[in-house]
Amino acid sequence: MMTKQKHDQSETSRGMKKQIKYAYYPGCSLTGTAVEFDASTRALLARLGADLVDIPDWTCCGASAGQAVSELLAFALPARNLALAERDLAGRDVLAPCSACYLNLLAAREEARADRALSARVEEVLLAEGLTWENFTEVRHLLDVLAFDVGPDAIAGQISHSLEGFSLAPYYGCQTLRPYAQFDDPERPVSMEAILTATGAHIHTWDKGARCCGASLATTHRAAALPRIQEVLDAATGADAIVTVCPMCQMNLESFQKQAGIREPMTILYLPQLLGLAMGLSRHELMLDKNLALTRGFMDKFTAGPPPPPVPEEEGVAIGEAD
Amino acid sequence: MTRTAILVTQEPHSALEPVREMISACMQCGTCSASCPNAEAMDMSPRRMWRLTLLGQQEQVFASTAFWLCSNCYSCSLRCPRGLPLTRAMNALKRIAAQGGDKALARKGAFYRTFMDNVRRHGRVQETELMQRWFLAMKSPALAMQFAPLGLKLMAKGKVHLTAPHAPEVTSLEPLFHKAAEMEGQP
Repeated sequence: MMTKQKHDQSETSRGMKKQIKYAYYPGCSLTGTAVEFDASTRALLARLGADLVDIPDWTCCGASAGQAVSELLAFALPARNLALAERDLAGRDVLAPCSACYLNLLAAREEARADRALSARVEEVLLAEGLTWENFTEVRHLLDVLAFDVGPDAIAGQISHSLEGFSLAPYYGCQTLRPYAQFDDPERPVSMEAILTATGAHIHTWDKGARCCGASLATTHRAAALPRIQEVLDAATGADAIVTVCPMCQMNLESFQKQAGIREPMTILYLPQLLGLAMGLSRHELMLDKNLALTRGFMDKFTAGPPPPPVPEEEGVAIGEAD
Repeated sequence: MTRTAILVTQEPHSALEPVREMISACMQCGTCSASCPNAEAMDMSPRRMWRLTLLGQQEQVFASTAFWLCSNCYSCSLRCPRGLPLTRAMNALKRIAAQGGDKALARKGAFYRTFMDNVRRHGRVQETELMQRWFLAMKSPALAMQFAPLGLKLMAKGKVHLTAPHAPEVTSLEPLFHKAAEMEGQP
């Protein structure tokens, strides 16, 4: 509740409600290995009437490497993009679908607001490119926008292909939630549930939604990451799909299922892909052919449509005869 | 996990000093260790590593695998009852270790260094080139082979290419990298 209140206050202070115009920050993954996250995000938000403009000339946020190499660049790289958004797209919140980008942008904003000395150092670095940074832009994750700016009612109003009969496991990962709890409970997140049930699906009950997938350890220390991946996939047993909001989570959960000892392949979809399916967007628009773990069983069930409502046998016969 | 007694010889002028400052209020409650999803893979618990850091035990800390196995999940930072920036401190250890001049430690930080070099040159990460350069930096064909199955899958999906596509035209980050290095006193 605290997080929701915070939103309401910031909306009041901005003098507008349900701002639906964003400065879009795709981030590097969404131009490469997560290109389907980018395509489905744009297609879904267009359907929902949101107005996205890419931050012109955006560059890498530093990902998790920034902090491990240069403390100053770890803040200056994301701050550069915030400064560009302020200069060229003032009045729009910055929207990042990738959790790592989101956290880096948010961290630059939060830490610079809390620490004037740090802020001055970052500003000095940006001046080397002639950029000024006043740090007034808000940073929003795609999930935050879908859950609170768009909201479950608007999503329910667009559903043309009900997902009734589907069980979905919402997977939030880490960096959408921690360490700055902006729009959800970082220990027991729930923000995805209302927008998933708006499709007619029900929520797979589990406690791994905020548990780490191993992140970049899958690259640097594979053996240490596999148990993390296995733990999440195992806990999703019984669900039709795991729904993700982060390219790293998606990649780890879809790419290493065999290595993690999973026997039954599990469908892993990005949240905008899942919502897009339920809104009748095409497989092409959602780039479903790019997914590494989309099972035939899942698509067959989707194509078959929701189960027919149960009709009491006697009544049905009686009506039929009357006709 | 080692359980030998920690030597209590303070070394205040160690390279760990900036990290020690970040965590100086640590009261050794162990919430970090209990919250860490990767603790089981570490050779010592985060709590023990922070204790050694407070004592300036540079050799033992840098010899440990613990901080390299931090996956930036921020669970410890969120739960630390002292509100310490533990994940940032983990990253600071990666940074200081890799820059201390020790070749073995520099190798452990090679992925991050290669990543940032890629960003410096292209503005946006070129994933194919990043991986190729990392394999070269590690001088490990076995590592490259470990990634071959995933690489082939991604190639079949048209997500990566053998040769990197032309980098998009974005403003060079060279001035920012140069300025930051100057301010941080690095070559």
